[in-house]
Order: sequence, then structure tokens, then C-alpha cells
Amino acid sequence: MSDALLDVRDLVTRFRTKRGTLVAVDGVSFNIGRGETLGLVGESGCGKSATGQSIMRLIEPPGEIAGGSMVFEGEDLRAKSREEMRQVRGARIAMIFQDPTTTLNPVFPVGGQIAELFRYHTSAGPKEAKARVIDMLAEVGIPRPHERYDAYPHEFSGGMQQRVIIACALVLRPALVIADEPTTALDVTVQAQILALLQRLQRSETNTAVILISHDLGVVAQMCERVCVMYAGNIVEVATTADILDAPKHPYTVGLMQSIPRLDLDEDAAVRPIPGVVADPIRPPSGCKFHPRCAHAFARCYSERPTLKATGNGHMAACHLYDQT
Amino acid sequence: MNDTVQTTAVRPTLEVRHLIKHFAVRQDVFASLLREPLKVHAVDDVSFTVGREETFGLVGESGSGKSTIGKLIARLIEPTGGTMLLDGEDWLALRGAALRRARRNVQMIFQNPYASLDPRWTVESIVAEPLSTHKVVPRGDVHGRVAELLRAVGLEPSHAQRFPHQFSGGQRQRIGLARALALNPRLLIADEPVSALDVSVQAQILNLIQDIQERYHLSLLFISHDLSVVKYVCDRVAVMYLGRVVEVAGTRALFRRPLHPYTQALLAAIPEPTTKRRRIFAAIEGEIPSPIHPPSGCRFHPRCARARALCALETPEFRELAPGHWAACHYAEA
Repeated sequence: MSDALLDVRDLVTRFRTKRGTLVAVDGVSFNIGRGETLGLVGESGCGKSATGQSIMRLIEPPGEIAGGSMVFEGEDLRAKSREEMRQVRGARIAMIFQDPTTTLNPVFPVGGQIAELFRYHTSAGPKEAKARVIDMLAEVGIPRPHERYDAYPHEFSGGMQQRVIIACALVLRPALVIADEPTTALDVTVQAQILALLQRLQRSETNTAVILISHDLGVVAQMCERVCVMYAGNIVEVATTADILDAPKHPYTVGLMQSIPRLDLDEDAAVRPIPGVVADPIRPPSGCKFHPRCAHAFARCYSERPTLKATGNGHMAACHLYDQT
Repeated sequence: MNDTVQTTAVRPTLEVRHLIKHFAVRQDVFASLLREPLKVHAVDDVSFTVGREETFGLVGESGSGKSTIGKLIARLIEPTGGTMLLDGEDWLALRGAALRRARRNVQMIFQNPYASLDPRWTVESIVAEPLSTHKVVPRGDVHGRVAELLRAVGLEPSHAQRFPHQFSGGQRQRIGLARALALNPRLLIADEPVSALDVSVQAQILNLIQDIQERYHLSLLFISHDLSVVKYVCDRVAVMYLGRVVEVAGTRALFRRPLHPYTQALLAAIPEPTTKRRRIFAAIEGEIPSPIHPPSGCRFHPRCARARALCALETPEFRELAPGHWAACHYAEA
């Protein structure tokens, strides 16, 4: 994949805990092209956020990136020094978090914070930076951006704070934005506004690619072109959004689709839970980590971990059911 | 609002009439001398009924007042006004010892199964506590009754000696449910019971709640922000916005043909896991206004695409637009 914007190969991220080593990301590989929107979907503890933080090199001890490569615009992010990463973060790859308060400093006005970021990465003077930030605040739908430039984070509502965060992420026109549950803390009517904003910005911006990390299949379905489904640190399935929704292959994805109550189905449509609980990331099951919850598990699933294999039409699944060899 | 939203031969388990709850806002001394004390209009003139063995849903976004209503019905807080009848009896008139005795009839489970269970207690003591407090089974039978309750919620009697931290979120919600069931309540209030759970586990708990409701002949008040969950579980639904009920209908009618503009907007805003209805979100403008200074007239009017002059002036009456289908909108038509 030479034309990929970001190519992640065999990424391993682990954390030392009192109980033992927690492998949060266990050999994850995927790529994303310029301007593409890729969904990383899974339940809590599946490693989707740790994957995003690894790409940004935000993993701090007791965590470490223990293996693999992350080639972004031809350069391996894993090989970069701290100083080199500072040049990448915010400018070429930006991140949007679920909780806006983790990004904005509560004691400074928002406009100045974004302007500071802008000036750190460009040669712009104070006036030019302020003008650019005001343009950006207007672009994300902040009313009266000139006045709001000097407002403090707490003077914004939750939805408006998230708009400020998006302005902050896009002000340097990065090639890649990693959005980690960007609307999870918002009410649905506000979520819809933010999703609409992200869609509009992505179309108008210069080919910004987005990795959308979410537990919400609905959000992913409406926003993404391709989806990676994660379970217990592994990507278990990759396909176009349509294929994931209409023809899921991996038993976990199938189970997930059947376990969510849906508005587009009849009131009487049954919801079928996946039995059991999510795998313990410190002492994961042998073989395929999903096998204790899988109705199709056979001998090989207990002993051998399946790898992602092509099942046709760019669809890939990590499941022995689809492995012909 | 009409007092008899539902007319049935059997008396409903719960009748809520003109319920009001205002919270005082803390202010400094000078401000409180100079102007009228500020208050949060958390619940403003809400009426509905929960029928026998019915699952009634209360749905709304944050600040809608749905959780406050749950707490009012459980008598965890006292209302500013209104009445509530439980099995036809004045539930708010009970005080002191009479209230303590009657509390067994209304039990509640909460969103966060991590916070609602005492971490220092074993599962056995958590589930047994209401049994001994209310002296509903002889002391010698408590152990057996706990085992029976644990089995009913899908846990093993051998789990009784463990502590809450040894369980997953879904299992903790099962423990909370066993405790709530211990006293054979007439009404169970479930406040966002699956919101903190992972999606694959959510369904286990939803199916369990439905199953328990049937087996124990419970009336259930199901409070949630998640419309797809409400659609799956509830028989009838009330949609709340900023302290008021804007629409009440049978689940099928509400989701097939929502009549209030807010309900319509809410349903249109939900991203669905399907490629058949992929769209650019038809987002409604603005955010939920402050419940301290709610908008005049219809509280939804500043965000409503169909609002006219009247909507800012007059609070819309609750009207029955189709049999059993009520909406509080000046211009809604069936």
C-alpha cells in the first residue's frame, strides 16, 4: 500500500499492571488513505483508544509501544524522537477527544490557546494567527467568533466546546485527524450537529483523513467508508461499511449487530445478546480470544490464533471459519 | 394536562398528576436579597400513569427531568407540588414509619452498578439487607431466599460470598436487580439500567429485565436517553423535554408516527447502523436551554422549525390526537 497516508503494521502496545502485562493492542495492522474516513469500532477495553494514542505516541510508562511500525507520509512515527513528534502532533496529525476539558486549559481564553498552537507550528505573527483562528471558529459554527475568541472554556456549552476542539484540531489543516469518541458525551440532537459539522468540514477541507474511534455502530455507519472491528486487542474484521453492516463475517461482528436494539427494525425484532463477558486483557483466552463466547468455535479455535485473511472484495476476517488453508 | 391519560378497568399501579419539582439555586446573599430566588424547573406539571404489569418509558435528553421523576416516585426526594397514587392510594401522604413500611413496594435500579453497591459488602449481605430491614422472611430463610434471587437474575448461589469488585458491570447490574426484587415490589424504577454497559452485555440485561418483569408481574418505569432501547423494552413511552412531557403514545405509534416536532427531531438525529438510510444529519438548531430560565410558552419553540408566534406565548395543552396518542403542541395533527 504505497499510496496509504498511514500504514500501521503489527502494532503492539502493552501496559505493566500489578496483575501482569496488559496487552492493549496485540498485533494490529491497517491502513488509511488520504481523505478517507476509517472507523475503529469495538467495546471498552478492545484497544481502539490505545491504538489511536499509539499513533500519536501518547503512550506513557507503565505503557509502551512494544512492536510494529506506523508509517505516516513515508516516515515511521515509532522511530521519531520526542521533539520530532511535537512537530507532527497538532500540525500533521491531530486528535479530538471525548471530553473537551482534557484538551482545553480552563484558565485561558480559547482563542489564545488555538492561536498559540497555530504560531508554534507556523511563522505567523499574532495578528495573522488571531485572524486565522477567528476564521476557524466561524467555520465550525461558533456564533460571533470575534467576541467568543476571548471567552473561557466554561463559558461554552458542551456542544460548543466540542466545536472549539474541532477548530483546534483543524486549524493547521492536518492530513489526519484521530477522533476518539468525539460525540459520546453529547446529547443526540447535539451529536447530530457535530457529526454534520465533521462531514461538512471533511468535504471542504483539503483531503483530511479521519480515524473515527467509536463504540457506536450507528455513528460509524453514518460517517465511515471502511470499518475495522476490534475485539480484545485484535482487529477481527475489516471491510467497507456496507459489507460490515449487511454481510458481516466474523462471529463477533455478527453477534454485535444482533445484540443492539435498532430503531429501523420492528418493535418485536428480538435482540440476541452475545453470551459471556469481554475477554480479560491480562489473561486472555488461548487461541482465538473470542472462542469462549463463540457458537461456532471448533478445536482449532482453542489452540491457534487466527490472523486477518482476505475473504474477497477487500473484506478481511480473522476467523478460522473463513480460512481455507 | 388531562388527568386520565389512560382509562382502564383495572386501577393503574402508578398515577402521577401535575408533578412539580423545583430546585433552589445557591446564590450569594446580596443577589438573593435583590431579586427573586433562582430555581431550576426540573419537573414542571408532569402527569402520566403506569398500568399494571406495563413497561412505561420515560425518554429525553439531559436536563429533561426524567431522572428527577424517578427519584420523586421512589420518594428519595420530595416534590414541590402534585400528587401520586400508588395502587390508588395517596403515595405522598405516607410519612415516617408508614412510609418506611411502604417503600418495599417501589424499588429502583440505577445506571452505575459500580456506585450503587457498597464495595465492602458481600453479595449475600447486599441482597439480604432489604429482607432483614423489612422482616419479610424469617431469619432462617434469608440464605435460601438470597440463593433463589441470585438464580432468578442469572447468577450462581456460589457468588453470594463474593464482593462487588469481583464482578463485571453486567453482573453487578444483576446483583442490583436481585436486591430490588427481594421485596417483591409492585413498581420497579430502572434509571438508565444499561447505559454504562458494553453493547454486547446490554442485551443480556435488557432481556433479563423483560423476563423478570413477566415472571414477577412487575410494573416497570424505564428511564433512558436511548430511544432504541426504549423502543425494544417499553409498551408505552413518554417523551420529555426540559421538565415537561411533550408526547405520550404506545411504542408502535410513537416510533411509526411521532406527532410532536421534538420527538420527530430526536428520532431523525439518531445515527442508525444501516446503509439503507445513510444521510446527512438533519440536525435541529441550538442546544437545550437552561432549566433555570426555560423558554416561555412551548419550551421547544426556540429550536422548532414549525414554531409560530403563538408558541412563544402560550403553553400548549396536552391533546389526544389519536386514541391513546397525546402531544403537547399547538400545531401537531394526527
